[in-house]
Amino acid sequence: MTRMLSLLRQVFVVLALPVVLLAVWWVTSAGSENFYLPPLSEILTTFGEVWFSGRIVSDVLPSLLRLAAGYTLAALVGVGLGIAVGSSKALRETVEPVLEFGRAIPPPVLVPVLMLIAGHGNSMKILVILSGCIWPILLNTVEGVRAVDEVLVDTGRTFRMRARSRLHHLVLPAASPQIFAGLRQALSLGIILMVISEMFAASSGLGFTIVQFQRGFAIPEMWSGIILLGIIGFGLSLLFRLVESRALRWYEGIRLAERGGSPSKT
Amino acid sequence: MTTVARERRTPSWARGLFGFVVFLVMLEIVPLSGLVPSRYLPPLHEIGEALGAAVSEAEFWIAVGDTLGGWGLGLSIALGAGIVLGLLIGSSGLLLRFTASTIEFLRPIPSVALIPLAVLMFGTEIESKLMLIVYAAFWQVLIQVLYGVRDVDPVARDTARSFRFGAWSRIRHVVWPTALPYVMTGFRLAATVALVLAITAELVIGNPGLGKQIATARSSGAVETMYALVLVTGVIGVLVNVGVRLVERRVLAWHPSVRREVPA
Amino acid sequence: MLDVRGLRKVYGGEGGRSVEALRDLTFTLQEGELACLVGPSGCGKTTLLKCVSGLLAPTAGEVRLAGEPVHEPPEGMAMVFQEYGRSLFPWMTNAQNVELPLKERNVPKEERRLLVAETLASVGLEDVSSAYPWQLSGGMQQRVAIARAVAYQPKVLLMDEPFAAVDAQTRADLEDLLRGLWQRLGVTILFVTHDIDEAVYLGGRVIVLTNAPTVVQDDVAVDLPDERDQVSTRALPLFTELRSRIYEEIQRAKSGDGRVYSP
Repeated sequence: MTRMLSLLRQVFVVLALPVVLLAVWWVTSAGSENFYLPPLSEILTTFGEVWFSGRIVSDVLPSLLRLAAGYTLAALVGVGLGIAVGSSKALRETVEPVLEFGRAIPPPVLVPVLMLIAGHGNSMKILVILSGCIWPILLNTVEGVRAVDEVLVDTGRTFRMRARSRLHHLVLPAASPQIFAGLRQALSLGIILMVISEMFAASSGLGFTIVQFQRGFAIPEMWSGIILLGIIGFGLSLLFRLVESRALRWYEGIRLAERGGSPSKT
Repeated sequence: MTTVARERRTPSWARGLFGFVVFLVMLEIVPLSGLVPSRYLPPLHEIGEALGAAVSEAEFWIAVGDTLGGWGLGLSIALGAGIVLGLLIGSSGLLLRFTASTIEFLRPIPSVALIPLAVLMFGTEIESKLMLIVYAAFWQVLIQVLYGVRDVDPVARDTARSFRFGAWSRIRHVVWPTALPYVMTGFRLAATVALVLAITAELVIGNPGLGKQIATARSSGAVETMYALVLVTGVIGVLVNVGVRLVERRVLAWHPSVRREVPA
Repeated sequence: MLDVRGLRKVYGGEGGRSVEALRDLTFTLQEGELACLVGPSGCGKTTLLKCVSGLLAPTAGEVRLAGEPVHEPPEGMAMVFQEYGRSLFPWMTNAQNVELPLKERNVPKEERRLLVAETLASVGLEDVSSAYPWQLSGGMQQRVAIARAVAYQPKVLLMDEPFAAVDAQTRADLEDLLRGLWQRLGVTILFVTHDIDEAVYLGGRVIVLTNAPTVVQDDVAVDLPDERDQVSTRALPLFTELRSRIYEEIQRAKSGDGRVYSP
């Protein structure tokens, strides 16, 4: 009974504010005459009409696939190069300034540059996402590999760990908290780049469609697009956190143990 | 015990300089060799000439000022709002619990989703750029401040309460010093994100600034100028990173989290 | 079993400044011996162990394990570090930690399982094999590290101040545990410590080192009975005598006028 009650209380705590906010939006926008702020009810009706009539497949899915392709490539190349650079002090010191410069270039300026080289198609957009996402992943991997505990490295050496298993059982897990930090930064960058590469130059895709609605003053449709992008951003970050918390369970455990064993007392 | 130095090694700055020079030389040689057509990537000296031409015009400096102005203003608003709201929400267990789900939902919404709305409401006025910058940077600050407030040592909190500190001096003397390193982390992340969104707004919406200059250079076929401007944004990015680190080090000079970083 | 001859290590410092950590070290461990190395703090004990284990190349001299020169960590050697928390792999359970070096040696799966269970039981930790190291107390973590080293079945076990970071009670337990394991397995152990009591209590022999640049100051045989006990052994007159003798040696080693021992 008390467990039931505490569960109900938790659900209440999670849902209270969102419900209040949505209700306020619903009520204040009902019968709104403001052209830019249509009633929420109208936006929600439009949402179904706009996105569930084929646009999911024709616009949303291609965008997400391009994001997945660019992001995955960035992760593979970034972690691979990061391990190579992080393992050698001489190499790291040689390339670090160039990498820092690469990271400092705001990734959106890559859109016009890569349009010039790779045209307007899928490959340009995937390249944009790849070349923007790679920097945080690469630099965080370098930092993570560099900072692998010296005692752990010595332990691996005294037990004569082979190169492959050292990578698999020692370097990668030890660097994984840093790598995930890089992957997280890269994910939000990737979504931004997915959208603006389509806003800048495309004939389909999520970013393109939303800009079309805005240019055509199809306001409820535009709002529905903004909401969809929000849901995608939230969904992807939720997915990422699930993967991360599985992969880094040991790391969370250590952090809790160091705080004296009491889980997140606020 | 662990500081094992090898005999007579090349200093790290020399290696870094060497790496950077190789990078620049490649930017010159690769287009000249025809490996990459020079209409895609002009050789470095042509980019340099275009840069020289650009910096001698007032237009360039106005664009730099526009970009940095929007960045600075947006960052300041996000910092102020993030710190005030973070301290407010973080200091109250009730507020923290009830806002958690909403914050977790709003935070990952990509700020570029607001572009169409910003265009409709403000066109290419600075407000549309600020809207994107503030939305993106605000969450970075807020989240870090919340972490920081949560990190306050319970013993310090109890000490303050046992001496009957008022709410203001509790925040001033207990919460704020603990949260400061987190605030600086938020500041660092927000500064980078704000620059990205400033350039994004200029590229996509067409707010005046370097991003717009790049878009113009591309559409008018001035490839060298486009690359020159891209390199300038990189330099601005580096300066922002370096500047932010300097501020961070100054502000936190007294703080144990910085002092601990000195190699033992 | 373990031969250390003329070992010298000079660290090249920044700006041409070089530090001589080990000057000239020579000693030999017979098979099945438990020898303790003591010396004043900062006398290069860790450097010595790193050179002996093959983790660090010496500037001069050589280390031989069963006649074979050591250039990199050899097969028949295991090491237990002082920093147990940093030496165990935090993303692996305790059993996986013990098993990993066996996997590296291609020990068949069935045998691995048996060895892991056996060694964890021998350090009294059969119940926590599926827990993670950071869920255990410091003393228990060090016991996992010892189990890992024992399961590896080394000819020589090197221990770098393994009990320096645990509390006094746990430390006494671990000392007895180590004596027990040593008597049962007959493994050769080189045990580095800065604690004179611990050196006398554990060792069959105590090698006293000088300040850096380090040489061997003295080599003391410990003729205490094999069965040792935390209370009665430490109360023996011989124990007290050995302790005072080594204490004085170290005081002299610190002040720098120590005579140099030659075997």
